[in-house]
Amino acid sequence: MGSITLEHVNKSFGGVEVIPDISLEIADGEFIVFVGPSGCGKSTLLRLIAGLEDVTSGRILIDGEDVSRAAPAQRKLSMVFQSYALYPHMSVRGNIAFPLKMEKAPREKIDQAVNNAAAILNLTDYLDRKPRQLSGGQRQRVAIGRAIVRQPKAFLFDEPLSNLDAALRVAMRLEISELHNKLKTTMVYVTHDQVEAMTMADKIVVLNAGRVEQFGSPLELYQRPANTFVAGFIGSPRMNFIDGAEAARHGAHTIGVRPEHLVVTPEGGDWSGVVKVSEHLGSDTFLHVDVDGIGALTARAPGDVPFRHGETVGLSPMNGRLYRFDAQGLAL
Amino acid sequence: MATAQTRMAARFMMAPSVIALLIWMIVPLSMTIWFSFQWYTAFRAPEFTGFDNYAYFFANPNIWTVFLNTLILVGGVLAITLVGGTLLALLLDQPIFGQGLVRLLVIAPFFVMPTVSALVWKNMLMHPVNGLFAWIAKVLGFSPVDWFAQVPLFSVIIIVAWQWLPFATLILLTALQSLDEEQREAAGMDGAGPIALFFYIILPHMSRALTVVMLIQTIFLLSVFAEIFVTTNGGPGVATTNLPFLIYLQAQFQYDFGLASAGGIVAVILANIVAIFLLRVVGKNLEA
Repeated sequence: MGSITLEHVNKSFGGVEVIPDISLEIADGEFIVFVGPSGCGKSTLLRLIAGLEDVTSGRILIDGEDVSRAAPAQRKLSMVFQSYALYPHMSVRGNIAFPLKMEKAPREKIDQAVNNAAAILNLTDYLDRKPRQLSGGQRQRVAIGRAIVRQPKAFLFDEPLSNLDAALRVAMRLEISELHNKLKTTMVYVTHDQVEAMTMADKIVVLNAGRVEQFGSPLELYQRPANTFVAGFIGSPRMNFIDGAEAARHGAHTIGVRPEHLVVTPEGGDWSGVVKVSEHLGSDTFLHVDVDGIGALTARAPGDVPFRHGETVGLSPMNGRLYRFDAQGLAL
Repeated sequence: MATAQTRMAARFMMAPSVIALLIWMIVPLSMTIWFSFQWYTAFRAPEFTGFDNYAYFFANPNIWTVFLNTLILVGGVLAITLVGGTLLALLLDQPIFGQGLVRLLVIAPFFVMPTVSALVWKNMLMHPVNGLFAWIAKVLGFSPVDWFAQVPLFSVIIIVAWQWLPFATLILLTALQSLDEEQREAAGMDGAGPIALFFYIILPHMSRALTVVMLIQTIFLLSVFAEIFVTTNGGPGVATTNLPFLIYLQAQFQYDFGLASAGGIVAVILANIVAIFLLRVVGKNLEA
């Protein structure tokens, strides 16, 4: 069991209010991702749940029990830190066994749990090495191993993949998702990378300046963004926003259309513009088009479109794929 | 430095200081070795005598007491400064009011000259009639301890430890502050209480600093002199005479420079034995 409830959680450092008021329900077994730009309070929120920071006001409940004032160890959560925070003088075995040793578990139980965790994480051959003799991905797995041995109510991940290179990040992303499928334990994962959020999460919490902008499944966020912030943050390349007369024509203050929902034609179309840059990725081509009276738009076209710098193209939004926002940025 | 050219240039440019240092060290050492083989007192011309000086030095009935005193002094001061320094460092690492001032005060004893601090301890603190400790004992109804008569070596150890405690504290505090905050947090989440945190995380992290403090202090503590000279003059009897003090006594009162030189060489050998022993025991902490 591992449901986590936040009730009107508020956190201030000195006079600075980092998190004004957040309420959130995380069900048992869910994979929740906190995503947002740096400084949005996502790490602080995770540390509040972990008990590494005290809430200024409000309550945190784990399995219905108020733990707002409980010490980190009493909350029975495990955390994987951004720097991994492995103990450098202990072997991999010592690191993974440490939480059980602190619980004064019997020797055989510790050995069994460590071997089990090592098998799951492919660390069996490295158990006697020191952390400094391991690669980044292996250290990451040791940190995860240390987190899983004591069978916590939930896992907390604080940007665990940000120190890895791109290829390894994709591999570890898959491993963490597989681990979640295997263990079915609640996971709370913090990242600034919306791709990680979209690919791993059951539900995403989009945070901005300490506020929850939207809470929902990845596709919900993609298809029905609540406001311009979420619309711009989720999806890559980001959504095109158009203000002014063109937006007014659609009865909105701002309209948004995603690059993949723009149809590119040699001529005609709703808007016509000049190609500034065309990025050929092989599978796709991203066209950066300068449209008169609207500004720069990004469009995603198939990989083999022939358009080049300086050519004129027509762009039209797909039917029903146009998002309309009011003056406050809220979806209409 | 990558190429043969730059290596050559580097060696050439470092040579003057290396040579100066070498001469600085080698000349006094070889003179001492040379004198140690001479029958050389203030009243006669030097004359070669082979190992006679060494034989006389070890024939001294007190020699083993002196060796033992030297080692007890080093060991006692090391024990007090390492344990005390670690505890003080843990205390000073806490966020407390007036932290800067407290740190300055803790470091202060290191700036006091050994002779001055020994005099202060002798006359103002440990004096059996006028001393602060005697006054406290009398107020509490005990009879005052005559420190330098009853526990002379222990008294010297306390004085020297008081002087070296700041050094140990300073180095250990620096080591403590370099401990990654996330490691403490991780240990906290793993269920480690303050005591487990200290023994499993903090102490291993500080082991290298502890080793450095131990080695540096050993070198200096083998040659403690001023504190003994000012307080007990090596007595009562030879109760507080260590190797340097014995050498001094021989050079000063017997005017026997050859014998004193032989003692000096013995001291050098003892220092090397202790250093090799320590490096064997704790040296693995210094490997990266």
